Amino acid sequence: MHCQAPNSQAPTHQARKLDALDRRLIDSYQRGLPVCSRPFHTIAERLGSSEDEVISRLERLQEMGVLSRVGPVFDHARAGASLLAAVAVPEAERDAFAELINAAPGVNHNYAREHDFNLWFVMTAPDEPELDARLDALEARLGVPILRLPMLEGYHIDLSFPIPWAELERA
Amino acid sequence: MKTTDDLEFAATGAARHAPSAEAERRLRGLLEQGLPLVPRPWRTLAEQAGMAEDQVMACVHRWQADGMIKRLGLVVKHRRLGIQANAMVVWNVPDERVAEVGRRLAHETAVTLCYRRPRRLPDWPYNLFCMIHSARRERVEAELAAIVERLGLGDLEHRVLFSTHAYRQCGGRYVREGAA
Repeated sequence: MHCQAPNSQAPTHQARKLDALDRRLIDSYQRGLPVCSRPFHTIAERLGSSEDEVISRLERLQEMGVLSRVGPVFDHARAGASLLAAVAVPEAERDAFAELINAAPGVNHNYAREHDFNLWFVMTAPDEPELDARLDALEARLGVPILRLPMLEGYHIDLSFPIPWAELERA
Repeated sequence: MKTTDDLEFAATGAARHAPSAEAERRLRGLLEQGLPLVPRPWRTLAEQAGMAEDQVMACVHRWQADGMIKRLGLVVKHRRLGIQANAMVVWNVPDERVAEVGRRLAHETAVTLCYRRPRRLPDWPYNLFCMIHSARRERVEAELAAIVERLGLGDLEHRVLFSTHAYRQCGGRYVREGAA
């Protein structure tokens, strides 16, 4: 299963373990993966590597947890329904609440944040009625009101992010 | 049955029919889990979805063109690279200024996402959200200070919500259970 809680024991400073080819893959292909019959072969040609090497690098990066996957990022608004949600729960019971939230269908990106609203997550569903139903069901389980914050307008659609390799080396 | 037809087309590699809506939905469910890391990933997906390889690629092209797919590539887990500081900055912006401020924030390189969302008074007065990622908290704070200065946002009430723990970090699952 791809979607698991990140293991907090796992090493987080993986950047130093990545060589130049790993970094070029990440820098060049957070977008624009070729849609042709042998995409990894095309990538290999552009980066001066081989198809086998590119595939094994990508497998390794996935195993290390550096990549969650290689594939499309769908537009939430078009791919289905989603919204950002938050709850305010007692800090001492935060882990237990987070577990209940993770157990609900459609939840991703569940983070603890420094605020009275201390758990923030994204709820997704195939459509709006199902989204509301999922939120209502979860709200009943949690016993606290869920702050529901749908996106009204997006000003930034580019999710790829330039990796500050030099800064990570120093961290 | 349509599905059987589609599977036959996949088996012969022929693609004379448009794929069924059901097959496209299966394909989307499969794509949400990522491409198989094999030399011909689209062919593998085609076999699983009951389509032909060229139909799968045509679907992906169409979804890219109409904006359903925002990007296609490596989906990085920033925390694993050591990009630990993940700050959600929330702003209370007068409604008449929010689109303008949102667009200007979105142009900042440090800002990775920028959305307008509803206020929920009295608990939640903030209507503009942006994300700033960096290796360290101090860097995020310095970036934010520079942005506030550069864009002249000092008069806007805002708060920085750093994340302290990630309980889950993954892509959406929009396709109904059992669809894939």
